[in-house]
Amino acid sequence: MSAEMQMRPAACPACAVAPSAETLAAAGAAAPKEARLFLSLPTIHCAACISAVERALNGTAGVLDARVNLTLKRVAVEAGPEVTADRLIEVLAAIGYEAHELDPGVIAATATDRAGRDILMRLAVSGFAMMNVMLLSVAVWSGAADATRDLFHWVSAMIALPTIVFAAQPFFRNAFAVLRHGRLNMDVPISLAIVLAAGMSLYETAQHGPHAYFDAALSLTFFLLAGRYLDHRTRAVARSAAEELAALEVPRAQRRTGAGEETVPIAEIAVGDVVLVRPGGRVPVDGVVAEGQSEIDRSLLTGETLPAFAGPGMALSAGEVNLTGPLAVTVTAAGQDSSLHRMADLVAVAESSRNRYTSLADRAARIYAPGVHLLSLLAFLVWLWISGGDLRLALNIAVAVLIITCPCALGLAVPAVTTAASGRLFRRGLLIKDGTALERLAEIDAVVFDKTGTLTLGAPEPTNLGDHPRRDLEIALALAEGSAHPLARALAEAARQAGLHPARVSDIREVPGYGVEGALGGETVRFGRAAWVGAGAAPGSETASWLRVGARAPVTFTFADRLRPGAETAVAELVALGMKVRLVSGDAPGPVADLAARLGISDWQAEALPEDKAAAVQALGDEGRRVLMVGDGLNDTAALAAAHVSISPASALDAARVASDIVLLGRDLAPLGGAVATARRATRRIRENFAISALYNMIAVPVALVGLATPLAAALAMSASSITVSLNALRLR
Amino acid sequence: MQIIAYLIPVSLFLGGLGLGAFFWALRSHQFEDPEGDSRRILNDDWDEHPKP
Repeated sequence: MSAEMQMRPAACPACAVAPSAETLAAAGAAAPKEARLFLSLPTIHCAACISAVERALNGTAGVLDARVNLTLKRVAVEAGPEVTADRLIEVLAAIGYEAHELDPGVIAATATDRAGRDILMRLAVSGFAMMNVMLLSVAVWSGAADATRDLFHWVSAMIALPTIVFAAQPFFRNAFAVLRHGRLNMDVPISLAIVLAAGMSLYETAQHGPHAYFDAALSLTFFLLAGRYLDHRTRAVARSAAEELAALEVPRAQRRTGAGEETVPIAEIAVGDVVLVRPGGRVPVDGVVAEGQSEIDRSLLTGETLPAFAGPGMALSAGEVNLTGPLAVTVTAAGQDSSLHRMADLVAVAESSRNRYTSLADRAARIYAPGVHLLSLLAFLVWLWISGGDLRLALNIAVAVLIITCPCALGLAVPAVTTAASGRLFRRGLLIKDGTALERLAEIDAVVFDKTGTLTLGAPEPTNLGDHPRRDLEIALALAEGSAHPLARALAEAARQAGLHPARVSDIREVPGYGVEGALGGETVRFGRAAWVGAGAAPGSETASWLRVGARAPVTFTFADRLRPGAETAVAELVALGMKVRLVSGDAPGPVADLAARLGISDWQAEALPEDKAAAVQALGDEGRRVLMVGDGLNDTAALAAAHVSISPASALDAARVASDIVLLGRDLAPLGGAVATARRATRRIRENFAISALYNMIAVPVALVGLATPLAAALAMSASSITVSLNALRLR
Repeated sequence: MQIIAYLIPVSLFLGGLGLGAFFWALRSHQFEDPEGDSRRILNDDWDEHPKP
């Protein structure tokens, strides 16, 4: 193309100017490159929301167009380069809508669903052709004869043949690809039946034969494409939601340069750069602290709930959260080399070992495909022998057998059930990422939970507020409000809820890594780490913060991790289903025992390393149990990948979400028990559908074998079985 | 039976018209936000913007 464009000026000197004008125009059109921003709007739900959001965004300076997609809960904004996502998020926050920026690079892949549209188009064409051919067929079935019948058959052929060439392509392509590798799958008998039915019908039509199976070939294509489309829909919904989760974390870092600092994508960070990490930010790279003091929350990586002190010289890993003070970090590994990414790679390896699981549909197809071909060949040979060499009759019967056994119901049975089941689970906040996850979830009989971030929210809650005099609490509240540390925030929230008001503490300042300090009536008051307020060592493993007023002995505030909503219900329901429930955590024994007692889990293990977690899952597997692993941290990824099926909450690290088969979208754990029940019901429906298919084959195949299968019988049987399995799948909704 | 010579082409043509309309709708992204579109009917604003 470009070569041709360059040739043209040389061939025609006179019009040498024209192409350059063309390119100029093209460049001019492309020059104001519109920044395309995507925002996720999790709370949007109504017609009024749509117009409110669109009006607000269109009223913002620099925005050219904004359009809400309610199905995806997302807004696409076309805007000039000066408009930033943060600005738009502020605009939406002002009118009361929560918004998050999405990474356009990740989202773009799902913005247009080409494959889905392709199948839908083929489905429409085959549906159109099927209806028209069936109308003509009804005339033939009800007694049209001779020339009229031939005319109708010819018209049917004219409609059916191009349709089959176009609409059945996905099956032909798959079948061809599989045959080249010398294997069989469901698409091979399908393709063979479609091609033979069409070819045989054409031959019969030309020979003025009474039977043509054009309508059967078309309805076969139509029903199977419907199954294919359902399957695609399920996967597309899961994929787009999973990618949206990934796109929510726009990976950027603050890099310090000679002139100041700049925001750059993670990919541009190199070893030796200095990256700034603000309080509350996630450490984007592996590195060593160069400047600053702070506390680091590494609960996602290790399961340890107690924040760790961080000062110059300390090594940090990507994924840890900086809590109190700004840090400058010298990069030692970034991007693909960071520990986060290495872990994700390990998971990819573990994943491939699990892919050995074959779904029910594949197992059925493995028996089905060769069986059908053998049966059809047998019919051909036997009839050739009975009729004394009548090739046409024998072939006719062989084709009838192939058509009537063809797995309309089988091809619809699994997709229809999984679509209904995943839709039901999605509405309850569970996202099925993997095609076979539902079947594997139905088989589990043991559950391993991680503690921090999974059964608990990873957010602390004060436990001994009642032990302190009101005055102390008021001072603590005043100091706690001066900090963004999670312990301080939790204390402030709880104290406010108890109806307390802060004491008049002046000169409040935060000492990063230690605590908050202030002055009250000439006395210094401090709230923070034990050593800093002069309290000696912290007692045991409890998460605690200390308050010291003047010269008085310090008092301690203890905290416990807050339970995730629905955790009690989920554990109780799983136990009621007869599961063996185990709690394995990287945290200290104290908090783990405490939580286990609260939830009624008798089997627990503390201070588990990532290998211990994987080993715990493995041990249960060796007992012959099928394990469900629920976890969220980097230390859980190995166990998630080793388990029979795994679930992680949406708040988990990217690596953990990648490793798990199912993602819990909401905060609530309660749907877990129901999910297992739904999965079991879905598997039962799939088996029922297989049974229905088998039953229908048991009746239809002997009819076809003795040569009594007319096109009418084939059409009736095929439609009846397809509709039966679809309706059976709908019972799940 | 002469009528068949007219009716068959007519029915095919009308069916084809429907198919064409479906293709057009599919190609112009009208199935991308079914839920939003069903709510937009209730919207008082005149919406003359094409779909993104």
